[in-house]
Amino acid sequence: MPKVLDNVQIGPLNWKMRVKAPRLVQKAAAGQFVIIRVDERGERVPMSIAGLDVKNGILTIVYQVVGKTSALMTTVPPGGEIIDCVGPLGVPSHVENWGTACVVGGGIGIAPILPIAQAYKRAGNKVITIIGARSREILFYEIEHRAVADELHVCTDDGSYGHHGFVSDILKKLLDEGTPIKHIMAIGPVPMMRVVADLTRGYSIPTWVSLNPLMIDGTGMCGGCRVSLDDETKFACVDGPDFDGHKVDFALLTNRLKAYQAQERQAMHRFLDDPQCRLAQTVKNFTYPDER
Amino acid sequence: MECGLADKVDKKARMQIPRQVMPQQSPEERIKNFREVPYGLTEEQALIEAARCLECKKEPCIAGCPVEVDIPAFIDLILKKDYAAAARKIKETNSLPAICGRVCPQEDQCELKCIVGKGKDGRPVAIGYLERFVADYERKNNLVQLPEIASPTGRKVAVVGSGPAGLTAAGDLIKLGHYVTIFEALHKPGGVLVYGIPEFRLPKSIVQAECDFLASMGVKFENSTVVGKSYTIDELFEDGYDAIFIGTGAGLPNFMRIPGENLIGIYSSNEYLTRSNLMRAFEFPTYDTPIIKGRNVAVLGGGNTAMDSVRTALRLGADTAYIVYRRSEAEMPARIEEIHHAREEGIQFHFLTTPIKYFGNESGRVRAMECLKMELGEPDASGRRRPMPIEGSNFVMEVDLVVVAIGNSSNPLVQQTTPGLEINKWGNIVVNEDTMQTSRKGVYAGGDIVTGGATVILAAGAGKKAARAMHSYLMEEVKK
Repeated sequence: MPKVLDNVQIGPLNWKMRVKAPRLVQKAAAGQFVIIRVDERGERVPMSIAGLDVKNGILTIVYQVVGKTSALMTTVPPGGEIIDCVGPLGVPSHVENWGTACVVGGGIGIAPILPIAQAYKRAGNKVITIIGARSREILFYEIEHRAVADELHVCTDDGSYGHHGFVSDILKKLLDEGTPIKHIMAIGPVPMMRVVADLTRGYSIPTWVSLNPLMIDGTGMCGGCRVSLDDETKFACVDGPDFDGHKVDFALLTNRLKAYQAQERQAMHRFLDDPQCRLAQTVKNFTYPDER
Repeated sequence: MECGLADKVDKKARMQIPRQVMPQQSPEERIKNFREVPYGLTEEQALIEAARCLECKKEPCIAGCPVEVDIPAFIDLILKKDYAAAARKIKETNSLPAICGRVCPQEDQCELKCIVGKGKDGRPVAIGYLERFVADYERKNNLVQLPEIASPTGRKVAVVGSGPAGLTAAGDLIKLGHYVTIFEALHKPGGVLVYGIPEFRLPKSIVQAECDFLASMGVKFENSTVVGKSYTIDELFEDGYDAIFIGTGAGLPNFMRIPGENLIGIYSSNEYLTRSNLMRAFEFPTYDTPIIKGRNVAVLGGGNTAMDSVRTALRLGADTAYIVYRRSEAEMPARIEEIHHAREEGIQFHFLTTPIKYFGNESGRVRAMECLKMELGEPDASGRRRPMPIEGSNFVMEVDLVVVAIGNSSNPLVQQTTPGLEINKWGNIVVNEDTMQTSRKGVYAGGDIVTGGATVILAAGAGKKAARAMHSYLMEEVKK
């Protein structure tokens, strides 16, 4: 069973977990994901790859507490184990030397966009990185991104750090100034990816997004992760997770992500009410994303 | 009954013995639980049923069996009350009797050929029930013997996929002294046996027992390992494997591609059954994986997967659960027993009907399905009469859950990452029919990945055939 080296809180509801997975890390590339299961009764959940330490065989994932399984993940101690970590799954991000490429990370998307930025840089691109979060305390990986990007822009919705505004505001400003961005990769909450794609459509710049539908097996056998691109159905786990943002039916994805809202709430409340619950206080003060 | 009594009771008298009725949970009781429906014959029943066998010289039952189990021989051992020996006799050709006894479509195979079934009002010997009886007896009484394992050959075999084809190939190869590792993509072994077939038809403890038995013989299991992602076939060769068997199955769901199919509440049968069976969503919230519990459920399809899906929906609390099938009852490929069980449980059948689109509500959840009535025309490529839509026969059914169980195609992950592996136009791996060898040296394949969706016994048979050819290849062409 995969060993967890450490599991560190990096924001009010964000954690960073490092897992020993030498074979997986050796095969994996930026843009791929893994599916993990915490315990015997757990769900299979997809996690984007946030870091690959090939020399030491260590996988890094950064996750946000959004329900029972992610809350349960926070309780795995350093030296502990998770029951499964399958991967690498999905198609690796396409990497090419476009000249100038822009990566945009919103919220939890700031994590998976890092290895992609590193891959773009290695391919010879000038990398412009834009990262944003709702507020200063949720922002993370600024130092890591600064080490990779040729140009880094940081923003917060509430202005508590960096530019006051959304990642799309920064992007629009750069495009209006004539920055010769030839390719964009955006990862973050669905509304953020949608806004970025809608923005860049007007500038005709290829924009790719990493979709995050619900998943079960991750190997293309069930179709639970199906998404729609210009009315063509694709499976995010084997055809994606990267897709052309200008073709994605974001409204469908938004809907399908809510398929189990009632059950998710039931499971979370049951977990929080369990006297055995060993959650950190911040997680106990948990509220659902759309309730915040 | 005394040993040899069957010899003394004459043929005519034997044919008067009625076929034993399988004791089972009542429909009213069983739609509220996921426990196994048939309980299995009692010992007394098994002896009576075995006495019905006429021991015909021609042995047509063996010809009816896809792997030619020596049926008269195992029945004879039952009459001698040596049930464990009967199980071992079956295992000479079929390594999964506890499973096949439960899921084989005997009515199309051994029992179809049985002479006892040919007479007026004749019912064939319940060969399937007997196979199950001896396998269960052997297991429950801890009589399963570890076979003799040949001395180590020093050759390494990788088996990709732990469904019936892979489990069978692994079992045969380990006995011949080879080092065998099974690579399974999911976190539990068994393939369709564990994710596709529900608990009420095939208890998972039985599948686990088969896998544990293989492990006790020395087979290594690497679960949560996706060949095609975690390793490619070529990387397995680089890692020192000498021969590889691909049994990755029909794990690609077929959808109808009609409007509205991506609404919430429309599942492929693979997803629906994987949630319920493998992830035990029927026990949510004790198990974390959720599943949508519809009140008015339609399951599209007429095979065993459709029966499994519709009976699962009923057990999950559906008020009404329908089968919607585009052909008529006579064309349904499902096992007779499953159709019968579904009927007993109150499943409604809409034959000669097919959906053409779905309607959703404001939250993007399915609320209704528009269907067309069909009529049967000339036979198509499968030999069954082709359904033709009746124009203007449109009608709308209210549904809040739909399971699309219209068949599966081959999962392409291995094919996409294995250069030189020949596949046909349906994505199935092409093999030599006698040796199961693919277009790549040292690479063999069997089961649904070769045939498209078929039965457990055919997959097991393919695994056996491949193991035989792989053993020859390993011993003759791989130098150690």
